[in-house]
Amino acid sequence: MDNKIWNKEMECAKRSDIEALQLERLKALVDYCDKNVEFYHKRLEKAGVTADKIKSLSDIQYIPYTTKDDLRDNYPFGLFAVPKKDLVRLHASSGTTGNPTVVGYTREDLDNWSEQVARLAMAAGADDETIVQICFGYGMFTGALGLHYGLEKIGATVVPTSAGNTEKQLKFMRDFGTTAIVATPSYCLYLAEAARERADEFPMTMYSALKLGILGSEGSTPEMREQISQSWGNGFFPTDNYGLSELNGPGMSGECYLRDGLHINEDHFLCEIISSETGEVLPKGETGELVITNLTKRGMPMLRYRTKDITNINYEPCECGRTTARMHKIIGRSDDMLKIRGVNVFPTQIESALIGVSEIGPHYQLVVRREGFADTLEVRVELIDGSLLEKFGELEALQKRIHYRIKSILGIEIKVTLVEPKTIERFTGKAQRIVDLRNK
Amino acid sequence: MYIKQISVFVENKAGRLAEITAFIADKGINVRALSVSDTTDFGILRLVVDKPDEAIALLKEAGLTVSLNNVIAIAVQDIPGGFASVVKVLADAEITVEYIYAFIARTQGSGYAILKVNNDEAAAAALREAGIQTLSEADIV
Repeated sequence: MDNKIWNKEMECAKRSDIEALQLERLKALVDYCDKNVEFYHKRLEKAGVTADKIKSLSDIQYIPYTTKDDLRDNYPFGLFAVPKKDLVRLHASSGTTGNPTVVGYTREDLDNWSEQVARLAMAAGADDETIVQICFGYGMFTGALGLHYGLEKIGATVVPTSAGNTEKQLKFMRDFGTTAIVATPSYCLYLAEAARERADEFPMTMYSALKLGILGSEGSTPEMREQISQSWGNGFFPTDNYGLSELNGPGMSGECYLRDGLHINEDHFLCEIISSETGEVLPKGETGELVITNLTKRGMPMLRYRTKDITNINYEPCECGRTTARMHKIIGRSDDMLKIRGVNVFPTQIESALIGVSEIGPHYQLVVRREGFADTLEVRVELIDGSLLEKFGELEALQKRIHYRIKSILGIEIKVTLVEPKTIERFTGKAQRIVDLRNK
Repeated sequence: MYIKQISVFVENKAGRLAEITAFIADKGINVRALSVSDTTDFGILRLVVDKPDEAIALLKEAGLTVSLNNVIAIAVQDIPGGFASVVKVLADAEITVEYIYAFIARTQGSGYAILKVNNDEAAAAALREAGIQTLSEADIV
């Protein structure tokens, strides 16, 4: 595979140069936030941090964290650093649990964002010969437009098919000779399976130009990748990338053809790994919560944004030639939010469904698995009402009733398991109700 | 006329049945009959024991989900068709059987069956009319 590097100067810089640039940009960012965002001004003042107190990168530890709650509390424009006339784009998250989080971009931000995505797209294997179909939904979601402009920047031919409409997706792939697709791993797999189902009419050889998957928005296991690769055949090569809408969207990091970690655009993003429990910065190489400072963002700068994503970072240069640090695929989420088949699931929602079911105890456990490449959620509850034991059917009816209550709230299929009393682990502090076996 | 049966909610986990039965055995309780019905996830263990009140107190104390209910026990002749004739009596009387389990009696030539039906009184009457004797706890323990 060709190993093209979009921006050798930044992607292959010496570590000392990368860090010097990060320090310079961090100082400027602190100053910028202090002067332009009331929220940051108050926080920094309280913490006693000013730009001239930042002498080394490790001094970042004195800057308070920013959280998703801060974004929600300041909905919609409270964290913006520029007047509205300087904004050229707004995006927003879904806002499942209250206010959505809004992100604003200046023209410079969009240029930087495109640059970031351009590097990752090329690292994954795209170039100006690429014909890429973007199967992410266009709209408030950052994924589609983020990839769109980054791919255009490297000269790829972008086909903005958006999400859904499988027949059309496949037709364009065949007719245009599409070489790459941008999608979630599950949609990429779904498309491959759909193509196979129609192989009598349209043989798989008609898709032989398709070689590259630029996959994101949800994680994928190595097994799932293998499956995607085999489903398309012809040496189809899936790659992962990572980003958060709070920090632009896709473009934060992505895999090169060696797929040994996701290269971080370090001149734009300063990453730390911290302990979710204590908030302390962990030594390099350790696994913990990823914290990101968006060094170059103008519209809505982020100081030490807590992603709640669990990973670790490798600072060794990569054999691909890039020297940028590589983050491990996301290992889990530090808080309770579960993403199951793309749907955000919160334990509190399940709790609310269980309240009022008198036959079961108050304790519950959520077990998430990946079975046949789909996420499954098992809800385990303790049966306490012995009177249901007279008839087997009553237990099954209870199971169905709980199933219905939860499903109607979450909107996804689940499995309810009745377990014996006192078999679900008790916690004195914050309950660890989730057992996530997806990446095991 | 009726005998007491204990039902215990049991998860389908390796060794769980062994633990529960060993637990009551340790307390000197003798199991006269048992059955397990299950789905892939859980089962109900049904027990007829010599000291049901004591057994249920112990199981509750151990934190298990249990219930105590009445079932009908009958003697069935240990010959071909012996069981079929009993079921026919109940079917003719339009009584629904929810579950049945059988075990061998100490006396030669007969077996016992434990019946859970939708209407205990009607079942007992139908069986009596057909000349099938229902057993008391003293008969089987």
